[in-house]
Amino acid sequence: MQSILHNFMSKEVAIIKYNAGNVASVMYALDRIGVKYIWTDDASQLNSAEKIIFPGVGEASTAMNHLKETGLDLLIPTLKQPVLATCIGMQLLCKSSEENNATCLGVFDVEVKRFQSKTHKIPHVGWNKVNFLEQNALTEGLKPSEFMYFVHSYFAPVGPYTMATCDYIHDFSAMLHKDNFYAAQFHTEISGLAGQTLLNNFVHSI
Amino acid sequence: MLTKRIIPCLDIKEGRTVKGTNFVDLRDAGDPVELGALYAQEGADELVFLDIIATVDNRKTLVDLVREVARNVNIPFTVGGGISSVSDVSALLNAGADKVSINSSAVRNPNLVDELSLHFGSQCIIVAIDTRFVEGNHWVHTHGGRKITEIQTIPWAKEVQERGAGEILLTSMDADGTKNGFANELTAAISGSLSIPVIASGGAGSMEHFYEVFTEGKADAGLAASIFHFKEIEIMDLKKYLSDKGLPIRL
Repeated sequence: MQSILHNFMSKEVAIIKYNAGNVASVMYALDRIGVKYIWTDDASQLNSAEKIIFPGVGEASTAMNHLKETGLDLLIPTLKQPVLATCIGMQLLCKSSEENNATCLGVFDVEVKRFQSKTHKIPHVGWNKVNFLEQNALTEGLKPSEFMYFVHSYFAPVGPYTMATCDYIHDFSAMLHKDNFYAAQFHTEISGLAGQTLLNNFVHSI
Repeated sequence: MLTKRIIPCLDIKEGRTVKGTNFVDLRDAGDPVELGALYAQEGADELVFLDIIATVDNRKTLVDLVREVARNVNIPFTVGGGISSVSDVSALLNAGADKVSINSSAVRNPNLVDELSLHFGSQCIIVAIDTRFVEGNHWVHTHGGRKITEIQTIPWAKEVQERGAGEILLTSMDADGTKNGFANELTAAISGSLSIPVIASGGAGSMEHFYEVFTEGKADAGLAASIFHFKEIEIMDLKKYLSDKGLPIRL
């Protein structure tokens, strides 16, 4: 009862605080849709938040080391409320990454690989079409495919958790979904109106 | 399919957007916050915000202004001008910039490119190269294009890629301000020899010029300032034109 009451009272979004840079864009995006948030690495604040955003720009092995130092590596996979991870946050939720052979959090049983191509630029930078395979509360108001903004050199292959695909060199997972965990390789916070709609759905409809 | 990006550039001097011919005779082109938000609404794929006198004056980029612009736009946003350290980059990213662009400081201290890309990730480090054709070769210029260096442009582009740059912003000082078209040949030579994206800048005067830089010039993105500021070309018209010509464009 107490935990229900506590959850009811804390209508808040928590952004996971770790060394991955550039949370300002995420904060401004939440400001634009009128959402209150806290930025924290405190376990009790994270556990009691209504929604969790796991942002990220950076390098996988360094980010994992930081999560281990703060104990967040153990906490994050146990979170019960809806979690939205973006970019490196998504890759950290996978089992491993080829980026400096990082062992990651393992929420998604997916091995993150590096793009390999002689014909395409790496990183994959810019706006590319995201094709939603699954319609759920997160995709309300979005077309079956929408342009989103990507910046990455590593990708999650298409598999059982793939919620949306994108084609660069080959199809890869633009979004993953398993239970309460949602993850986007693109940056919702700077993906124009489509990104804003998705973020708004995560906060208000999930 | 990955789309070609159209990037309006906001050249900033003392908090106002300006644009001059060949980087001199600056003319006031408006409030950068207002312009940034307008461009995002009109379909710009990214914004670049360059404090063009920061290097000259040894001023730091206007962090507060960056914050205001970032609050008002929902597309990616790059900041450049006077950046020479990890702490400069931290301040700008914390203010809401998604990427930073370094130029003179990278020429002065090439290790800065390694240091910044290791610290923040390659994806947010753009190396801007101002280049001019002098006595048979393309030479890197610094300080807003005023100072020639002893570095040739194509080897420098390759070097900064090796050091960890995530993108190249290539400005032809010969083309800049002329409205006669981008430096397609040089852009193609650089884009073709690199694995990272190249943003072409300098010389845009018509919609055809963008088509040419994406096809002949093999550019990944096209950047311009005055033609957008002074409404000579509307971003959406340009994007429709390019899409009709068969290029992958976000509409």
